[in-house]
Amino acid sequence: MTEVQPSKEVAEYTEVHRHPEPKSFLWKYIFSVDHKVIGIQYLLLAVVAVFVGMALSLLVRLRLVCPECSYPLLGQFFPVGAPEGVMTPEFYLAMLTMHGTVMVFMVLTTAPQGGFGNYFLPIQIGAADMAFPRLNMLSFWTTFVSFLLLMAAFVVEGGAPMSGWTGYPPLSALPEATLPGIGQDLWLASIAVFCIASLLGALNFIVTTLDLRAKGLTMMRMPLTCWTWFVTAILGLLAFGVLLAAGVLLLMDRNVGTSFFVPAGLVVSDKVIDHSGGSPILWQHLFWFFGHPEVYIAILPGMGVTSHVLSTFARKTVFGYRAMVYAIAAIGGLGFVVWGHHMFVSGMSPYSAFVFSVLTMCIGVPSAIKTFNWIGTMWGGKIRFTSPMLFSIGFVSLFVSGGLSGIFLGQPTIDLYFHDTYFVVAHFHLIMGVAAIFGMFAGLTFWFPKMFGKMMNEPLNKIHFWITFIGVYAIFGPMHYLGMLPHPRRYAEITSVDYLGATGAAELHMFITVAAVLTVLAQFIFLYNFVKSIFAGKECREENPWEATTLEWAIPSPPPHDNFAGKVPHVYRGAYDFALRGAKRDFAMQCNDDKAVYGEPAPQTSGD
Amino acid sequence: MSEGHAATMAAPTWQGGGSPVAVGHKKLGMWLFIVSDSLTFSALLLTYSYVRVANDWPTPFHFFPSIVFSTIMTLVLLTSSLTMVYAVSAAHHGARRKAVKWIWATAFFGTAFVVLHGYEWMHLMVDEGMYPWANEYGTPLFGGTFFLITGLHMFHVITGVAYLGIVALGYRRGKWLPEDVEVAGLYWHFVDLVWMFVFPLIYLLSTSVE
Repeated sequence: MTEVQPSKEVAEYTEVHRHPEPKSFLWKYIFSVDHKVIGIQYLLLAVVAVFVGMALSLLVRLRLVCPECSYPLLGQFFPVGAPEGVMTPEFYLAMLTMHGTVMVFMVLTTAPQGGFGNYFLPIQIGAADMAFPRLNMLSFWTTFVSFLLLMAAFVVEGGAPMSGWTGYPPLSALPEATLPGIGQDLWLASIAVFCIASLLGALNFIVTTLDLRAKGLTMMRMPLTCWTWFVTAILGLLAFGVLLAAGVLLLMDRNVGTSFFVPAGLVVSDKVIDHSGGSPILWQHLFWFFGHPEVYIAILPGMGVTSHVLSTFARKTVFGYRAMVYAIAAIGGLGFVVWGHHMFVSGMSPYSAFVFSVLTMCIGVPSAIKTFNWIGTMWGGKIRFTSPMLFSIGFVSLFVSGGLSGIFLGQPTIDLYFHDTYFVVAHFHLIMGVAAIFGMFAGLTFWFPKMFGKMMNEPLNKIHFWITFIGVYAIFGPMHYLGMLPHPRRYAEITSVDYLGATGAAELHMFITVAAVLTVLAQFIFLYNFVKSIFAGKECREENPWEATTLEWAIPSPPPHDNFAGKVPHVYRGAYDFALRGAKRDFAMQCNDDKAVYGEPAPQTSGD
Repeated sequence: MSEGHAATMAAPTWQGGGSPVAVGHKKLGMWLFIVSDSLTFSALLLTYSYVRVANDWPTPFHFFPSIVFSTIMTLVLLTSSLTMVYAVSAAHHGARRKAVKWIWATAFFGTAFVVLHGYEWMHLMVDEGMYPWANEYGTPLFGGTFFLITGLHMFHVITGVAYLGIVALGYRRGKWLPEDVEVAGLYWHFVDLVWMFVFPLIYLLSTSVE
């Protein structure tokens, strides 16, 4: 790579963020302040969490297709929730709640931002580490504590909470309304701790992006991945503080005897409860003020990776880079003013529902800009169908499918019908769940050679992609139809619901469950490939196997402890200089000056 | 690896290779933390407004002792902000011993605020029978919001006093820089600023106009 002699100022400035390589195992791998190790820690946490979450979703599916079936092993682990192996409806709700919580917080929030963001943001902007390395370590370990608290909810008396991942009161606020136990309290404590971890992490990301960019790396030359991590961090900074407040209020309602979220006159188990003055709608406002930005916290980094990968493997610059940046910012900004569309049936004023609806429709504009620009990026490109490319194209497909159903749900009149049906389940799983997961697969397969210095097995990756891609449509496609029946969500069984029995809902549930089992099994192909490739994959000591342009591909694989080995990278161009005319290669890395790209004499100056 | 070393900072630039906002990392980080924390407080104050509007809200506080006492608390806290200003100013002029003294003065007034506040809480609970879950004035949420919001603020003050102590010790030993004193000052002023919202909303608006 091209280097410049750094000015004394810059050298000192960069020196600040370098730290000596630790020697002992504890400081190198456990309490490491190295952003790369912390990134991998986040990723490992997410991998553990995603398998927990998948197992829970399988239990949910099994309970739906066969309410009376017995699973003796399950009965041994959960004698109360599944006596003699038969899952109770309460147990079903608890598994549902934990599935949502684990997936949203521990997977969709940690892996894209904490995992990939931590690992690659500093490298892509040419920094030695994050702005606050120790705070970074603290963020991860706080997240880990949060994960342990959440898992502890499984084993305490009364079991895991059953109020859904949204924790709606009064069910979540009244211990007397559920099985006695501290499951819900642990859940709330976990969320509160997670909020603190996330907002500290977000602060770190923002400072890093603003302050530590290498010389020449203007904001508008940043890779789109960095833009999405940056905007995601801003969302996290603003959203998690509010959820923290809501969580504290709910904890007080449960444990101190306040009634912020509990109205007067509720009857629980034939007794009028002793609370008055609060409102469950208040929780919904506070929760969704966080909850909607959270959706974008999950999906934005996936969008960044997709843009990045599509450009790299279509060998074309990102179509409309600036529009992409503005779209990311617009989606982030609008994300804060649409929370009411989760509450159309809450009893909120129809006038505010109208406002929220119009604002929600507005999100369609930047989303469409992104989608068309992704297509524009691929259009006429020399596409290389590698597995990260397949996952990115899959991301676009899922984003469009999930986005279209969002337009239905954003209208109050239609949402009155669809609210709390499987249509909603299908919608948010496609767009927020699976699309974000595809973004992670794209990122993992794309960056794997850089992170581990090995190649993954491409044919296995492609088999995994196709099974997963078809599998998720087989799971969530039919759910749209279930929602139109309308089939309410969160019902543990439908055997006694007559109108559902006549419409083939039971058969569809069976189909979905089979598809879910197969799709989950396919994930073990990936797990096998991932683990095997780390230890016995084909060596890849090449710096830039994908012929990509950004700074991480200018350093060895895997990167050394000191990312740029004491050198200060200089950036000369935008992040997606592909298909160059007159250049020695068809692409130019960000750290290549015109001389390195075109040879002497430079035939033209490259704009950014 | 002392972060946010003001002396090594490059000129403000959006071109990379330096900070575009011309402040050290720590200061920028503290500003961002303040943004986030103010949203937490905003959520609580909005909750307060929401339940206040939705309920028949009591106004049980009287000029004496409630308002007089809370005004004294306010003055103590404002004084601590003033001493913090002197601390930051002295630190920037390189008057280390003087700055440390002013930091300790700030911590002292912060502690005094906490003590006064604790005394007031005890008074309300023991003498007035006001608890987070019940009170004799009306809706139980009066006590709930009062103790939650003042409690969270008090938690911030206590944290701030500990923070000031660490900064005072670190700065005296030369481990920390004038910039760190200023960053601590940012936090401290923010906590004061929050009180300037809490005081009118929780105290003055809970007073019956006679």
